[in-house]
Amino acid sequence: MLHTDTPIKPGSLQIRHLAKAYKPGHPVLKDINLDIDGTGLTAIIGPSGTGKSTLIRCINRLVDPSAGEIWLSVAGQRLDMARLKGGALRRSRRHIGMVFQEYNLVERLSVMENLLTGRLGYVSAWKAFRRKFPREDFERAHELLATVGLGAFANQRADALSGGQRQRVGIARALMQRPSVMLADEPTSSLDPKTSVEIIQLLREQGQRNNIPVVVNIHDVELARRHADRVIGMTGGEVVYDGPPSGLNGDHLDMIYGGRAWQQ
Amino acid sequence: MNPLTSAAPAQKAFAWSTAEKLCWLAVLLYTAYVLGQIDLTQERLLHGVAQGARFLARMFPPELGRMDILWSGIRESLQIAVLATAIGVALSLPIGLLAAGNMVPGPVRTVTRGFIALCRSLHPVIKAILFVKAVGFGPLAGILALVVGTIGFVGKLFADAIEEISPKQVEAVRATGASFMNVVLFGVLPQVMSRFVGFSTYQLDSNLRNSTMVGIVGAGGIGGTLFAAFQRFDYDFVFTILATIVCIIVVGELLVNAARKALDV
Repeated sequence: MLHTDTPIKPGSLQIRHLAKAYKPGHPVLKDINLDIDGTGLTAIIGPSGTGKSTLIRCINRLVDPSAGEIWLSVAGQRLDMARLKGGALRRSRRHIGMVFQEYNLVERLSVMENLLTGRLGYVSAWKAFRRKFPREDFERAHELLATVGLGAFANQRADALSGGQRQRVGIARALMQRPSVMLADEPTSSLDPKTSVEIIQLLREQGQRNNIPVVVNIHDVELARRHADRVIGMTGGEVVYDGPPSGLNGDHLDMIYGGRAWQQ
Repeated sequence: MNPLTSAAPAQKAFAWSTAEKLCWLAVLLYTAYVLGQIDLTQERLLHGVAQGARFLARMFPPELGRMDILWSGIRESLQIAVLATAIGVALSLPIGLLAAGNMVPGPVRTVTRGFIALCRSLHPVIKAILFVKAVGFGPLAGILALVVGTIGFVGKLFADAIEEISPKQVEAVRATGASFMNVVLFGVLPQVMSRFVGFSTYQLDSNLRNSTMVGIVGAGGIGGTLFAAFQRFDYDFVFTILATIVCIIVVGELLVNAARKALDV
């Protein structure tokens, strides 16, 4: 079923027959099949409770899928994320960057420490405890902070930052992992419209610069239309639209969200 | 329903229910019964007051000639308190982690919580007696007794604090592929460390008090000296010892408060 003979770009993702039910008989995801080929920003849109978040979290296994396969190309290997356990799962997670809706920074740690969290998969507990990270990690952290425009904030505590600043730190933390793929779960939902655009642009730009795919859950259709290279529309746990943003019309949105009043 | 009749139940809202009345009646009856059982006559009370006055009179002037005995006892008490707190707090860290439901599987939590409850269940004096019987007289027994008490107190509060942390911050650290220990170091401890320091300073305060008492049963410290002075009816020396203990506890509390303020916990 999978063409493993052709060389596949790191970060490319093949999801096959993915299903998830938190309660037996009440599936949140029903037979999801997706190919994400390793470039561009893919936006997943859909109403609340339709399984967007669950889908993203199945990829890095913050949620365990009920059935199906999630083939991810990382570190020169093709791994079925749905089957990994223990140490193998942790090692593969290191290659998947994740950005969260509520930023999920460790509030009482400094911005620098939050960035270094991205390297925790590579250092021993004793070194992590003494903050003895390799020199190149510190250098990369400073570089990334400058990239996201927070160069002066390295020693600030994370809880002293504004929402937009926190999300930039969240993105920098994910990039610290040198990920093969970036996932973002509603990264703009807690932000104002202007900051939302900046964050989406930052995600897209960093995806291009690092040559990795970015998969973003988003409920702002306009934001997805304007900034995504590809839009996946979900409703009721199923994919009902998959294509370029330009192909997304009123009928599709009607199918995804139901009703037209909100579209005016 | 018309407004006149509906006003009546509102007035009765604070009236005692039959059950409450019965409860109060039971408490009163039992108190009266106990007073009858225990021999508390006027004669006995007057005798007690006279005896108390004599006891107080014999405390003055305080004995100030045996300072070397006093200081060696006090020093040992302080050593017991500090050592027991340090060891107990250090042990409470891993034990607290193992007792937090969001860190370990259910059965591990249950077993560790049971152990912590066991550590808390006995009064320090009873623990001190047990350790004197187990390891012999001296400060070692006192230290062990207070270490156990510290685990029971700090371990429980620490575990409760861990169970209240934000799972989001932990999830984010887990998502980077960090090992369990690294998740604890970067995702869990930063969220609970200040509270842990707070619990530890409270425990130091409490151990200072307890360390002056374990000596009464032979577990080291000033308590032994105090007990001997009582037995010999040296009430003037008893007064000196008690006054010193009060001073030390007050100074200790001030220091602990200052430390807590400085550490912002």
